Amino acid sequence: MADAPKLFKVTIDNITIDVEPGTSILQAARKIGGDVAPPAMCYYTKLKGSGGKCRTCLVEVAAGSTADPRPMPKLVASCRTNVMDGMVVKNITSEKVIDARNGIVEFLLINHPLDCPICDQAGECHLQDLSYEHGKESTRYEFPRRTFEKHDLGPYIQLHMTRCILCYRCVFTADQLTEKREHGVLDRGDHSEIATYIQKSLHNDFIGNVIDVCPVGALTDKTFRFKNRVWFLKPVDAHRNCSHPKCNGKVTLWYRGEEVFRVTARKDQWGEVEDWICNECRFEKKKTADWEIEGPTKVSRHSVISQGHYVGVQRPKEVLNEVMGGRAPKLLMDIHSVSEVNNPAIDLSEIEGPAHSTDFKTDNKR
Amino acid sequence: MQALTNRVKVVERKPMTFMERTYLPGIFKGMMITFGHMFKKKPTVNYPEKTRPFSAVFRGLHVLNRDEEGRERCTACGLCAVACPAEAITMEAAERLPGEEKLYREEKYAVKYEINMLRCIFCGLCEEACPKDAIYLSETFAPSNFTRKGFIYGKEELLIPDPVMEPEAYAKARGEHVVKTSDPAAK
Repeated sequence: MADAPKLFKVTIDNITIDVEPGTSILQAARKIGGDVAPPAMCYYTKLKGSGGKCRTCLVEVAAGSTADPRPMPKLVASCRTNVMDGMVVKNITSEKVIDARNGIVEFLLINHPLDCPICDQAGECHLQDLSYEHGKESTRYEFPRRTFEKHDLGPYIQLHMTRCILCYRCVFTADQLTEKREHGVLDRGDHSEIATYIQKSLHNDFIGNVIDVCPVGALTDKTFRFKNRVWFLKPVDAHRNCSHPKCNGKVTLWYRGEEVFRVTARKDQWGEVEDWICNECRFEKKKTADWEIEGPTKVSRHSVISQGHYVGVQRPKEVLNEVMGGRAPKLLMDIHSVSEVNNPAIDLSEIEGPAHSTDFKTDNKR
Repeated sequence: MQALTNRVKVVERKPMTFMERTYLPGIFKGMMITFGHMFKKKPTVNYPEKTRPFSAVFRGLHVLNRDEEGRERCTACGLCAVACPAEAITMEAAERLPGEEKLYREEKYAVKYEINMLRCIFCGLCEEACPKDAIYLSETFAPSNFTRKGFIYGKEELLIPDPVMEPEAYAKARGEHVVKTSDPAAK
């Protein structure tokens, strides 16, 4: 028999590509890349069993296969539908798909509080991107939004159940990465919520990855909570020799000045984690000395995170000292003598959890 | 050279007449203009006793707004700072503690908020960017100062007075123009 398996020919948005049998339409589209790839809120390549819940990746199948070229009667979830030979798929070229996606976004946003100004995920939130692309300007929903009693998930992870879109990614993460899953989805239908049955803190090793997989701001890093906005931070790739056997210590450090504000796993172009990292790397190593810096993370120029990062700028040579015969120029005003923000004496990154008014009581007043 | 416009006036270099040589008609003509101005309305405004009306789109000193209950609107989302072309705005956020609900409108608030008025160009992009109606450019100038230090405006300088506790100071800080438009009787 032939060693190489027969490749399937798929056409997505008039672009033809050969993929292996058993590939999902989403994966085939991602192989082409660009706008052809449908957005995915619940599907995660590295999590077995994920996908099929959010319906944002719906596509139209115009021809099922060469053997049976009838179109599929309904839009299908591309993350859970495998390709067939000769399949013709329409994603952004189909009016029906775009229309359906707009509807899905409206559904996802029905109970979403839209508190982006407060949310730590803003700027790297997939729901934000999705609604920016597909959402309406206002809501047609007239009823009170779903609210929940607050659940405390311990010192590392902050849960905002109102923002959750029930993608189940965090449940799969806990199932597949940690020894014992301690949280899950309780109740049914409109009442379903992510919680631990009896209030428990999540502190399994690797549980911190639920923060990275969460497509919205439902699970955020408590050690980074409200410390800064992601677009003011500078992502830098770094690694360390992690003692944990399953963790290879490859991370992204988020700097503000000299301070490491948070540590996350590295993410690929689809916003998916490249390597899972352990809790120690994520929550406890917030000093530059703990890490070996590799260089700045490549951020898409269209991302808000790239604002203010002047890439490739050469600093002009400081000639003032030379011109003045070795004397340093007199500084007319040191901003830190007046400003109370970014005070070098206060390391926000060293405060556990979010800062409170009490943390600023001991400030040096001018 | 060819004239580019039709406004060219050819200067005639004729010898002056007797009347012109006395310069008296010229002097009288000039003095008439001078005396004429004495009876015209004075354009000078005695600032600061009197102020000229601001245009509706005037962009002056910033204020940080409060809501009707006197809670601070700003949630330190950082959009003003990211919109600021002069990078004049900096802030630090904190979480609201239980018991501080009357002070701050949302869960997160700006515990420190600074505008460097030396950098600010009064473009008003912060006002446009604000999703919470928290920052406004008012109808006052940034007062002059002898030192650079006086131009770093913190929350004490920027925050509008409490509308519940000090309604008069609040109305004054909002400026005349804002009061007029919100009052239907004034139209």
